[in-house]
Amino acid sequence: MRRGIAATALVAALGVTLAACGSDSGSDGGSKSSGELSGTVTWWDTSTVGSEDKVFKKVAEDFKKKHPKVTVKYVNVPFGEAQNKFKNAAQSGSGAPDVIRSEVAWTPEFADLGYLAPLDGTAALKNQDDFLEQAAASTKYNGKTYAVPQVIDSMGIFYNKKIFKEAGVEVPKTIDELKTVSAKIKQKTGNPGLYLRGDDAYWFLSFLYGEGGDLVDAEKKQITVDNPAGVKGFKVVKDLVDSGAAKTDATDGWNNMQTAFKEGKVAMMINGPWAVADTYAGKEFADKANLGIAPVPAGSAGQGAPQGGHNLAVYAGSKNLDASYAFAEYMTSVETQATVAKELSLLPTRESVYIKPDVATNEMIGFFKPVVDKAVERPWIPETGSLFAPLVTEYTKVLTGQTTPDAGAKATGDAYRKLLKDWK
Amino acid sequence: MAVDTPSQSVVKAAGDSVARGRSRGTGKRRSVRKRSLATHWYAWAMIAPVTIVIAVIIGYPLVRGIYLSLTDANERNVARSIGVNEIPATYEFVGLDNYADALTGGQFLSTLGWTLLWTVSCVSVTFALGLTLANVLNRKIAGRSFYRLLLILPWAVPGFVSVFAWRFLYNQDNGLLNKILAGGGIDAVPWLNDPTWAKFSVILVNVWLGVPFMMVALLGGLQSIPGELYEAAEMDGANAWQRFRHITMPGLSSVSTTVVLLSTIWTFNMFPVIFLLTRGGPGEATQILVTQAYKFSFEVSPRDFAQSSTWGVLILVLLMLFAAVYRRVLRKQGEVW
Repeated sequence: MRRGIAATALVAALGVTLAACGSDSGSDGGSKSSGELSGTVTWWDTSTVGSEDKVFKKVAEDFKKKHPKVTVKYVNVPFGEAQNKFKNAAQSGSGAPDVIRSEVAWTPEFADLGYLAPLDGTAALKNQDDFLEQAAASTKYNGKTYAVPQVIDSMGIFYNKKIFKEAGVEVPKTIDELKTVSAKIKQKTGNPGLYLRGDDAYWFLSFLYGEGGDLVDAEKKQITVDNPAGVKGFKVVKDLVDSGAAKTDATDGWNNMQTAFKEGKVAMMINGPWAVADTYAGKEFADKANLGIAPVPAGSAGQGAPQGGHNLAVYAGSKNLDASYAFAEYMTSVETQATVAKELSLLPTRESVYIKPDVATNEMIGFFKPVVDKAVERPWIPETGSLFAPLVTEYTKVLTGQTTPDAGAKATGDAYRKLLKDWK
Repeated sequence: MAVDTPSQSVVKAAGDSVARGRSRGTGKRRSVRKRSLATHWYAWAMIAPVTIVIAVIIGYPLVRGIYLSLTDANERNVARSIGVNEIPATYEFVGLDNYADALTGGQFLSTLGWTLLWTVSCVSVTFALGLTLANVLNRKIAGRSFYRLLLILPWAVPGFVSVFAWRFLYNQDNGLLNKILAGGGIDAVPWLNDPTWAKFSVILVNVWLGVPFMMVALLGGLQSIPGELYEAAEMDGANAWQRFRHITMPGLSSVSTTVVLLSTIWTFNMFPVIFLLTRGGPGEATQILVTQAYKFSFEVSPRDFAQSSTWGVLILVLLMLFAAVYRRVLRKQGEVW
């Protein structure tokens, strides 16, 4: 019988080991027993490291002042990886955060996949009428609210006033002016005028909109990226790079762009409010007044910049839903938004914040608010988050000369047709 | 020989256990099996953990991958349970459709073409360099152990660290390589931004990473060739090339066939170099089969698990075919392997 015991013990030991491997939870439970929130809330932030993250970390951890028994675990996940990381964690059910800063285009997708907790009737939504309509639009999916708008943004031209003065040029209002301005700057300083990110298609959108194009038309269920206007958009960016008006990279675009602009090696970049704090840290902008900002240049069909922003969403599998709702509410409250707007020049999503004195006098916010009001809204369908992967491949291919604008637009359109079944 | 021996013994051991297992399976009476269990229970218990671990971490994913490749599974239709939401799986069995799509579409074949070019150029350059360095370091030169140490360095540094270091070196505006070139009055090279240069750059990094292994393995092989052979050849008036051709090369053949096979399999699936340097870009210029399979499963959305598994199974089949053909060719040439 000794053998039998040994074998049983072995099996038991194995079972214990396997069980130990299996149990792994993201956050420890905690609930309100006496109405008081407790436990841990893990928040995945995606803000720019080195500038924005410090402010957000401090603000998030201050949640403890209101709810002493809740610990906020702040985690900064690089923006480019957050969508996939969250999907991995959310699907497998382990390691997912309680609250995620979800980009506007990701929100309907996450909601569609069932990863987000509906927020209607919870503590997360307070004073909903105060939210800008545009900002609230991306948080709704199938009649329910899945997120709380945190910041809203759009894009404009950031320019170095000193270099513009040296070259004796004015801010370009159209693509044609952009080319002549760039040529003059290159002649005077030897550096290219504009940095155009070649590894992220979000930077392509304002040129596409400028030619009257768009990715898709959700109302008519049509794919529009490969129509004549779309092809023209590709031609415009290709021409900017070929003519030397713009400089681009196929890798490390964000870092290269910020470095070049902060060191005065390019005079202009297209960017949004999220880049302001990081840009001010550059040596060219020690004097903040040197940073100029203007609307994106108009194309042949007009001018348009994409409307973006971030929401706070609560993971449906969170073990601490009540504290997470409260945290989402706190991070989007009037006071928090005012602090963030003041420190980082990020645009609030609540009307009532804009009239606060610190916010009303902020130059960047003063510039971007009207831009956001006019910005092109993307369709908030689950597939909006999927449209960029095929686009960026073709966009980079066009810029590096591996394919023509026509073929690039067509390939993108074909990929969209596979994605959006039954669309034209 | 360091590399040769263990791999052989592993193969032998595996073969043995299979043979034994079979003979037991076809045993005539149950009592035989019963007795064997009674006598050998300790052996069974000892191999049980390994067997279970292998079944769990290799067998299950393999079977699951093959199964998924026969369905239309993607992120939207697999089963998920997130807190209160229970979503059942709704994907369907589609037979060999995924394979037909992959093999008739242009994407798989063009990616395969570059993967083959990448593998062949990496392995051949790495082998040639490794052989040269091994020969140099096999001689008695001053500071030999210092050079050996230095040349093994790329191997000692974790792969992702060196790849990141290369990425910094390659940076078009701020990288060290272009700064040096600028010092010589040469225009900046778009190392990772131009499709052709990017292909060259990723091969260069992989060669840099792969040479130490080749060198050490071949150096071991060189040292196992008896010195008397060279002395005898010299006495007979053989020149350096003849000695290399007729003593060194045959002496190295068993080591080199093994390292070439290993190196081919590793390079074919060399995920980190491509993924961390270029992410398959610019565009899809440096995308090899594994990085593309990863992209299907983790980067595009909705994540296409079915297509990703299909590519994974095709990679496995290709490598198995390669290994089989390679062995066959060697056996014809009279190799023992």
